[in-house]
Amino acid sequence: MATADELTFHEFEEATNLLVETPDAVTTSRSDQLTPQGHLAVAVGSGSSYGADDEVEEESDKTALLQEKKQQPEFWTFGYYQSFFDVDTSQVLDRIRGSLLPRPGHNFVRHHLRNRPDLYGPFWICATLAFILAVTGNLTLLLAQRRDPSIHYSPQFHKVTVAVITIYCYAWLVPLALWGFLRWRKGVRERMGPYTLLETVCVYGYSLFVFIPTVVLWLIPVPWLQWLFGALALALSAAGLVFTLWPVVREDTRLAAAVLLSVVVLLHALLAMGCKLYFFQLLPPGHLAPLPQATSLSPSMLPPPTLTRSMATF
Amino acid sequence: MAEAAESPGDRGRASPRPLMRDLKAVGKKFMHVLYPRKSNTLLRDWDLWGPLILCVTLALMLQRGSADSEKDGGPQFAEVFVIVWFGAVTITLNSKLLGGNISFFQSLCVLGYCILPLTVAMLVCRLVLLAEPGPVNFMVRLFVVIVMFAWSIAASTAFLADSQPPNRKALAVYPVFLFYFVISWMILTFTPQ
Repeated sequence: MATADELTFHEFEEATNLLVETPDAVTTSRSDQLTPQGHLAVAVGSGSSYGADDEVEEESDKTALLQEKKQQPEFWTFGYYQSFFDVDTSQVLDRIRGSLLPRPGHNFVRHHLRNRPDLYGPFWICATLAFILAVTGNLTLLLAQRRDPSIHYSPQFHKVTVAVITIYCYAWLVPLALWGFLRWRKGVRERMGPYTLLETVCVYGYSLFVFIPTVVLWLIPVPWLQWLFGALALALSAAGLVFTLWPVVREDTRLAAAVLLSVVVLLHALLAMGCKLYFFQLLPPGHLAPLPQATSLSPSMLPPPTLTRSMATF
Repeated sequence: MAEAAESPGDRGRASPRPLMRDLKAVGKKFMHVLYPRKSNTLLRDWDLWGPLILCVTLALMLQRGSADSEKDGGPQFAEVFVIVWFGAVTITLNSKLLGGNISFFQSLCVLGYCILPLTVAMLVCRLVLLAEPGPVNFMVRLFVVIVMFAWSIAASTAFLADSQPPNRKALAVYPVFLFYFVISWMILTFTPQ
């Protein structure tokens, strides 16, 4: 392990100098290396808030490949952002599979991301989820209108905006807060540093993937089935998050670890329930007939559209 | 847009010619989208007039009437515009970040021109909606939108897929699929006032 420590420490020094010197070996690894190059690109390029000492603790088992260095692009160049999209189709699919099947020993960041987080997955999974939420919520309204013609159907385009803002804020601000909290607590831990911001965002982004098929399955108009699917998805998703965060928080005090994990799970549950209620809740048909304002079916009671045109839409 | 270099003496005579030439170029690209072949015309002589015309047409047709309540209806003109242009820019950035070798404006050009089948679908849907409403009406519109959606994707993939490294093609094509899916959804759920 002495060699490993030397290499680790050596690399730590190199990391801070990489912006000014040109290394001799330039390689880009694809799928079969455990090198933390992408990791370094994040840590060094941003400059301000990443402590390079965190990287020392994390790279203790990646030492064999630390010989290779590639030039770290500046954060104002396009190449810097390209390093976040350095993934292949097979890698993205593998990460999605990993998020769907969380296992207690398997840490998503270590086993699937291998310290090379990407932004492709989180960004497009959030986009897909937001649009699928809006579309299937509207479809639910359409199908309900077929069953019960007194319901007024409308495209409800504003829900697209709501969905996009909600999902993106959740998937990017909550990891930011979590990362900040973990860094604040890192003084308590000796062994393992917190994940970088990008890795946290990645974990959250991929964990949202399981909601995409769930939302499509919520089209089935059987309430208990919907809650069952929702609970299943929440369990899978939250399990993935907990198993990934556990190695980091278990060295903290019991109280802090328990509070953190339960807040993470609680926020996830709130997101799932909020989406279900806002996009999919329809008032039961019995309430609609006498009152004109009941024809608007989103839970926030909107000003009533005219009733006469509602019959002739489809 | 490539403009003819005018010498000072030609000023009065030269102005109608570039307009006709540009219109012909736009029309030629429309034909290339409708009958997609492996050709480079869209990529080589890119222009953004076609996408602009298509986007404005689509947004005007999708716009809901002002009598509807603001919150419950279909997209406004600005919303369609934002979705089309912001979506196209995002897909282009995504494609370039993944390592594609297509230029920014070429990609915008291709994505914009490939909205043409969906604009045709919108026109057809508006005509079909003049008939009496019912499940047949909906089925016809659904069929037309699905066919045009597949056409748009086929056309844009024919132009864009070659610009990506082979192990990332699916990553670059999926956002295109999502983009046209959202536009198709907006067209299908259009309800007249």
